[in-house]
Amino acid sequence: MAAIIEVENLRKSYGSAVAVDGISFTVQAGECFGLLGPNGAGKTTTIRMLYGFTPRESGRLRLFGTDCDGAWRSIKAKIGVCQQEDNLDPDLSVRQNLETFAAYFNIPSNLVNDRVMSLLQFTALEGREHANVMELSGGLKRRLVLARALLNEPQLLILDEPTSGLDPQSRHQLWSRLDDLKQRGLTTLLTTHYMDEAQRLCDRLIIMDQGKILIEGAPLDLIQEHVGKSVIEVIAPCSELRQVLKEKGVAYEDVGQRLIIYSNDGESLYRDLLGEHCREGCMLRPATLEDVFLRLTGRELRE
Amino acid sequence: MIGFNISKRFIRVWQRNLRVYKKTWKISFVPPLLEPLFYLAAFGVGLGGLVGVLSYGGKATAYTAYIAPALIAINIMQSSFFENTFGSFVRMYYQKTFDAMLATPLTIEEIITGEILWGATKAVIGTALMMIIITCFGLLHFPDALLLLPVAFLGGLAFACAGMVCTSIVPTIETLNLPIFLFITPMFLFSGTFFPLGNLPGWAQLFAKTLPLTHLVELCRAFALGRLSWSNLIAIAYLTIWYLITFPIAITGMRRRLVR
Repeated sequence: MAAIIEVENLRKSYGSAVAVDGISFTVQAGECFGLLGPNGAGKTTTIRMLYGFTPRESGRLRLFGTDCDGAWRSIKAKIGVCQQEDNLDPDLSVRQNLETFAAYFNIPSNLVNDRVMSLLQFTALEGREHANVMELSGGLKRRLVLARALLNEPQLLILDEPTSGLDPQSRHQLWSRLDDLKQRGLTTLLTTHYMDEAQRLCDRLIIMDQGKILIEGAPLDLIQEHVGKSVIEVIAPCSELRQVLKEKGVAYEDVGQRLIIYSNDGESLYRDLLGEHCREGCMLRPATLEDVFLRLTGRELRE
Repeated sequence: MIGFNISKRFIRVWQRNLRVYKKTWKISFVPPLLEPLFYLAAFGVGLGGLVGVLSYGGKATAYTAYIAPALIAINIMQSSFFENTFGSFVRMYYQKTFDAMLATPLTIEEIITGEILWGATKAVIGTALMMIIITCFGLLHFPDALLLLPVAFLGGLAFACAGMVCTSIVPTIETLNLPIFLFITPMFLFSGTFFPLGNLPGWAQLFAKTLPLTHLVELCRAFALGRLSWSNLIAIAYLTIWYLITFPIAITGMRRRLVR
């Protein structure tokens, strides 16, 4: 498989603040690759450097096997981008938004109509083509942004927080569209704050913090490696429990009114605890990517 | 300043603005049609009764005929300057239109060039509409007056660039009122628009000659009234040089503002 994105030692700082601090990763063709991290981790800056919006300070960047410097115009022609903020053209209708964007890519006019129609269908926007963009709901706008990003039949789709603020129906609808695109072999790079989304969509991902990559790998491998199979949450734990866990050498996190216990042998531990230590409530659940994320990046607020 | 990445793709940005304009042309057409009517009524009929006839280029000229070309020049200045200040600022800052464009093969230079070209185009459209009304008053001398259209384009480019330079600097949209009060309004009043420059004290005349609207008014008046002279070339040269200087400043400024 050919590498679609090759990033080596990518760096960007604004004044004395380092946004992206020498990161390296590779995304293969057909992969869905996730960029995760708390606010201010450098995800959006990284993504913006990848589609040529933000000039990089140093480091090497190759897209589609081509060095980016001096080739941005032809590279951008092969990328579809869903930016984080809503930047649909409010002066134009749904259909005009797509047609105008197609013109930015110099897509021949005889192709535009077919593509617009099939993308409206793909994103379930048929019947709304003459609607004013301002009248669309958040979910519909996101779908239109996706349709717009696919106009140039990109070989790489970049999604910056594609489902922020969407209701569950819209999220699932968008996910299934992304599944379809994956089936067709489209390479996707996405950032998200939703760990279930990353776990559901990404083949591989990185978790970033303060401009650096903390870990990289497949979601399930990362969960196994950094948390274990299961997690037990104990509400209002007594102090003996902490002692017991320390003696057993089990990893746990103390969040005040709640203990979060990481274990590979969750079930038997859970049975042990259930008898004597679960006064207010105990819960055994599978470990998730969110556990990995919080374990690595901490629980304190970032902004 | 060097290394502008401009292909003819900037026309796509211009087309986008034209497309939006076409949706609202019925409203956009109203000001250039009504404005000359109001001004000619107020200044021509009302004030003109007091002024009567004045001397322009050694010939007696009716006051309405004197100010009609200035109204065109003012419209050129205002329509292009406003388009590339308030219009461009809204697209850049509130609608994020430029951000969306930057994810396509368009370059920042092409986006700004397309915007400036659109500002100049609006000046030409407005001029054509005003010419229709003013012709009804019999105040334009054809065929010379047709030269007003290319003049509108040149003047439009000059003020569009000036507007874009302001857009690249101002922190908020309210700040745009500053160049309007300090630059646009004084020119509107003191560039030989409603009274001859000769009525001003010497130093003020000299100062007025450094302002672009003075030269645009002179060109519009000469072409509208069919009084072409070689000195018009100075005004053309002035506006061309103004454009050649402000265009790269506008692009560099917008690049600094948008590319982070």
